[in-house]
Parts: sequence; structure tokens; C-alpha cells
Amino acid sequence: MVDVATQSLDDHAAIARALREKKRRSEKRAGLIKHAFLIACTFIMIYPLLWMLSSSLKPSDEIFGSLSLWPSEVMWETYPEGWEGLPVSFTRFFGNSLFVTVLSVIGNVISCSFAAYAFARLEFKGRNIAFALMMMTLMIPYHVVLIPQYLIFLKAGWVDTYLPLIVPKFLATDAFFVFLMIQFFRQLPRELDEAAMIDGCSAFKIYWAIIMPLSLPAVATAAIFSFIWVWEDFLGPLVYLNDINDYTVPLALRMFLSQDSISEYGQMFAMSILSIVPIIIFFIIFQKFIIRGIAMSGLK
Amino acid sequence: MAGVTLNKVVKDYGKLEVIHGIDLEVHSGEFLVLVGPSGCGKSTLLRMIAGLEEISDGTIAIGDRIVNDLPAARRNLSMVFQSYALYPHMSVRKNLAFGLSNLKMPKDEIERRVSEAARVLQINELMDRKPRQLSGGQKQRVAIGRAIVREPELFLFDEPLSNLDAELRVQMRVELAGLYNRLGTTMIYVTHDQVEAMTMATRIVVLSKGYIEQVGTPHELYTRPQNTFVATFIGSPKMNMIEAVVRGGTVSVPDFGDIALGGGAPDGKITVGVRPEQFEIGSSGPITTQSEVTLVEYLGSEMYVHTRLPSGRIVMVKDAGKAEHKIGDKLPLSLIPEHAHYFDADNRRLPIFDA
Ligand SMILES: Nc1ncnc2c1ncn2[C@@H]1O[C@H](COP(=O)(O)OP(=O)(O)OP(=O)(O)O)[C@@H](O)[C@H]1O
Ligand SMILES: [Mg+2]
Repeated sequence: MVDVATQSLDDHAAIARALREKKRRSEKRAGLIKHAFLIACTFIMIYPLLWMLSSSLKPSDEIFGSLSLWPSEVMWETYPEGWEGLPVSFTRFFGNSLFVTVLSVIGNVISCSFAAYAFARLEFKGRNIAFALMMMTLMIPYHVVLIPQYLIFLKAGWVDTYLPLIVPKFLATDAFFVFLMIQFFRQLPRELDEAAMIDGCSAFKIYWAIIMPLSLPAVATAAIFSFIWVWEDFLGPLVYLNDINDYTVPLALRMFLSQDSISEYGQMFAMSILSIVPIIIFFIIFQKFIIRGIAMSGLK
Repeated sequence: MAGVTLNKVVKDYGKLEVIHGIDLEVHSGEFLVLVGPSGCGKSTLLRMIAGLEEISDGTIAIGDRIVNDLPAARRNLSMVFQSYALYPHMSVRKNLAFGLSNLKMPKDEIERRVSEAARVLQINELMDRKPRQLSGGQKQRVAIGRAIVREPELFLFDEPLSNLDAELRVQMRVELAGLYNRLGTTMIYVTHDQVEAMTMATRIVVLSKGYIEQVGTPHELYTRPQNTFVATFIGSPKMNMIEAVVRGGTVSVPDFGDIALGGGAPDGKITVGVRPEQFEIGSSGPITTQSEVTLVEYLGSEMYVHTRLPSGRIVMVKDAGKAEHKIGDKLPLSLIPEHAHYFDADNRRLPIFDA
């Protein structure tokens, strides 16, 4: 009696063990396939970057001649040569780009959060109409307004200066960021504003001392995106900047191609690699705020 | 300290009127509790006093100053919110000090008040934490601390204890009552928990659908409810309401018998209200009936017996905890006319035996 029971218990245990083993093996296989797939995808995504990096180090006849990602001979000199490879040094171009980009980011963050605060929290006449108009600007492509805008700035005498690139950023013209922040502000409890009101805050103080610190994730997102978009912007600087001394990095990169008949591809790729570095640094700094902000939003 | 005077206060949201001309005098130094069912306008009224909600019509005065157009910050009051509304990005210390530094108060005065509040509320160890690192009860203390450091003339509370569990709620209730005794500041307190209302209030205001039903001390509300709404709203379990008819000064209460009301009641419909503890068990009273127990709720020190009268109506009767009742038992009940409440066809109290 006892024996039979023990016997069958052992059997059950063995079957269970076998099943567990089988499941583990199939999970392992699924994991392998999943990872292989993801690694392949990553490689496809990152391949252009790798190609650019390797091309920046290759001798110039190898760039389009060889499929290998590995340069036969590493040409570090493309970097210093590229830096000084144009009539004006890249120190200048990076300086110009940083100037335009940093001011644009500051402008975007301040003006868009102002606008978003007004839409999310303040009561005023015509709010809904203003909101609808703002959302409509999201649907108009930049290229459509380019020419009318150019004419306005031409009349103002702003062409050939950085003003057309920077001033609009201080006027909350990026509806996408306004919308992003409105959505974020709306989910902050209104009782916080009310408590602050009783604590003697003006509307501006509520914005500055309560809403903004609690919205760091949205603000950081807006800052990162506007940094990337402005840094990489080619069309805007192309239209408004004509003096090579004012050029931003993307415009300068193109000069490698059009300067004369022999294009210095190696140097161009070297400078392209360098042009990505500020974006990466900026991202690394600001993504911390995104994570910290999310960790903080244990609001209740 | 200041009283608050509401004069024909109206609130509408567009076409929807939610507060219909309320007159109310809050005495300086009293603990006034606003109670009423959900959606009756308690919060709206409180927020209008606080200055968070515009006043559509009428006036509100704090002390002798009409505050209709005064922003919240300049009304010299503090408010404790149901969700506490602590600033999540500031430490407890900064939460307490924030309002004071907005007033440009000197640093050492802020420091003095904040540490005094921390001492009173026993939150000294929590001062450097962020609100998310606090339990519900601790958040509540901090929220109260933020209110008292301002040393206002008036405290407003909007259901401050409703997010706490039952035990903590009892504890905080005692502490709030203690705080009130110490400070003596005027307090207006919104709740829908009538135990909170009965135990803490100097006076209670019962609201329903944007109207005041009755204002009075807890004792007045319990013993002399002015209408059927207050009669059934105050007191737990509810008052038994028995509809009856008056003819020639005599009401015939179904199941029980006739009561002579004298000239106090006109002919027609009447409602006789009897609290569970106002029935007498036994057949010694002036009018009596037999009943059959259908359910017994035993609470230890007392019990509530649901019992069916001959007509099929079920009433609730309170008895001492040591009594023994079982489902199906026969239970004789007596009704003492002087103990019952009488309401006319418009649900207003008839002061028949109110000497
Ligand atoms: N912003 C608003 N717009 C329209 N109606 C509102 C608004 N705020 C409140 N109301 C209405 O006003 C009435 C009173 O609301 P209030 O919040 O004062 O109720 P309450 O007594 O505090 O209820 P509760 O006990 O549930 O908190 C409700 O019917 C509510 O629907
Ligand atoms: Mg409410």
C-alpha cells in the first residue's frame, strides 16, 4: 500500500521534472531566436554609422571600393585634416552650431512651457480657438511656410543673421512641444496649484516652483528633441545663411562635396562622426532628468 | 480668529446652479462641520470660502471684510485637501516652509514655526523626506503641519481623513480635536462621515442638493431634526420612518395603534420617526405590537434587531449586547409617543412633544 503510493509519487515527480526540462529547453531556444533577431535588427540600424566610422578612417580609394568595414590602413589624419579642410575651421562651425542650437533649446523650453501652462491651467477668452489654431500648425509642413517666412524675414532685414533661426523658437512656434507639455501638465493634480495658490503663489510662481520642477521628463524630452532637430537642421541655415563664416556644421559638411572637383570623402565622414558627438553628450545628460522625473512622479 | 458670514451665496457652472443662495454665520472660534451626501455642494462651498472658486452671486465675509474679490492667498486661511496636495518635489521641511517664504517672512521666524509644527505633530524624523516616502497618516500630518505654520485666522478641511484606514482615522480625529482645543481657531470641516461630524463639531450644517437643511449642535440635530432628510441622515443606523394618517388630532400608527396629538397636527399624511433605541422592548408602553425577528446584528456592547411587524414592515430596534434574540423569535414592541418624531406632509418637523 505504502509502496505503491511512494512509487506513483516518484513517477509524478519524474514526469514533472521531465516537463520542466523540456520547457526550459524550448524557452532557451526561443530566447536564442529572439536575441538573434534583435541583434540582426540592431546591426541593420547601426550599420550606416559603422560604415561612416570606418569610411572616415579608410584611405580614400577604399571608401567606395571595398565592402569591408575594416580599413586596410587606419588613417587618423582625416580628422585633423578635415577640421581644417575648409577655408574656415570647424572650430568656427561648431561654435556657430552650438550658438544657434543652445539658444533655440532655451527658447523652445521657455516659450513652449509658457504656452502649455496657459493652455493647461489658465482661463482666458478664446482659449479653445487658440488651441485649435495651434494644433493646426502641427499639420502644416515646414516647407510650405518656408517661402512666406523667408519674405517676412527678408523685409525685416534678418536674412544673413541667426535671428530667423532663433527668434521663432522664443515664440512657441513648435506646436509639437507645446502639445507634449500640455498633456504632461494636465496630468498634474490641480490641487497642487490650489495649495500653492493658498500658499501665496502667483500664476508665474506656480509655473516656476510647482509645474516646471514636476515636469522635468517632458521638459527634458522637449530639450533633447529640439537639440537634435536644430543641430541637424540643414534647410533653415541653407536658406538664411550665406556667409561661410556663419555656417553651421551641416552646411559646412556639404562644402566637402561642392568645394572643387575632388571631394574629400574621408574628411567629410570624419567631420560627420564628430558632428554626432554633441547630440550624444546632450542626450546622456538630459535622459537622466527623464528617468529622475519619472521616478519622482509618485504624485499621490 | 475670525468668523465667516455667507450671504445669499450662489454658485453656478454655466447654466447648472449647484449652490442656491446660502446664508450661514460661522462664529469666531467654532468648529463647524459641513455634512451631506455626495454631490450636495460641500466642497464647492468650502472652495468658495477658500477663494479657489468664484462666487457667482452673494457675498462671503471673513471677519468683517468681504472677500469676494480677494485672492486665496490674501484671505489669511489654510486649507487641508483630501489628497493632501503635498508638493512632491520638496522635502517635508520645504513643504512646511514654502508658504511662509512666499510671505517673505524672516528665516529664523520660518525656522521657529516649522520646528514648532514638527514638534506638535511629531514629524521631526520625517523633515528631510520627500512626500512619496511617507505613509498616508504621515502625509496627513504634514498636510496639517503646512496648514498650521501659517497661523491663519481660519482653517478649512475637505474630507481630510477619508483616505486613511479606519483605525488611523479614529486616531487622527482625536488629534485634530486636540489641535482645535489648543489653537481655538475657527475651523470649517467638510466630511460625509457623520461620526466625524458628531464627535468634532461645535455645530453641524447639513446640506442637501445645494440647500442648507439644518444648522445646529450635534445634540440639536439628533434630538430635534427639522425635517425627514436630517432625521434619516443623522444617526446610524437610520431612524425608522413610518407613514401614517392624522384624523381629528389623532394619528393611527399602523401596527401599533392610535396616538392623540392634540391640535399639533393637521389632518392628512404624517410621518412618525422612531430611532432604533427609541422603541421599547416589551408590551408595557401605551401602544404596542408583536413582531418577529428577521435578522440580528450583534456588535458586542449592543445589537440591532431587524424585526417584522404584523403588516410586513420591517423596523430596526436596538437592544443591549447581553440580550438574546434569535431569528424567528417573537418580539413585543412598545412605542412611547413622546419619544417619537413627527413630520408633516412636506417633511417638516411638527413640534408636538418638543417642550
Ligand atoms: N467644475 C464643475 N463643473 C460643473 N459642475 C460641477 C463642477 N464642480 C462640481 N460640480 C457639481 O457641483 C455639485 C457639487 O459638487 P461638490 O464637489 O461640491 O460636491 P460634494 O458635496 O463635495 O461631494 P463629495 O462628497 O462627493 O465630495 C455636484 O453636483 C457636481 O457635479
Ligand atoms: Mg467634495
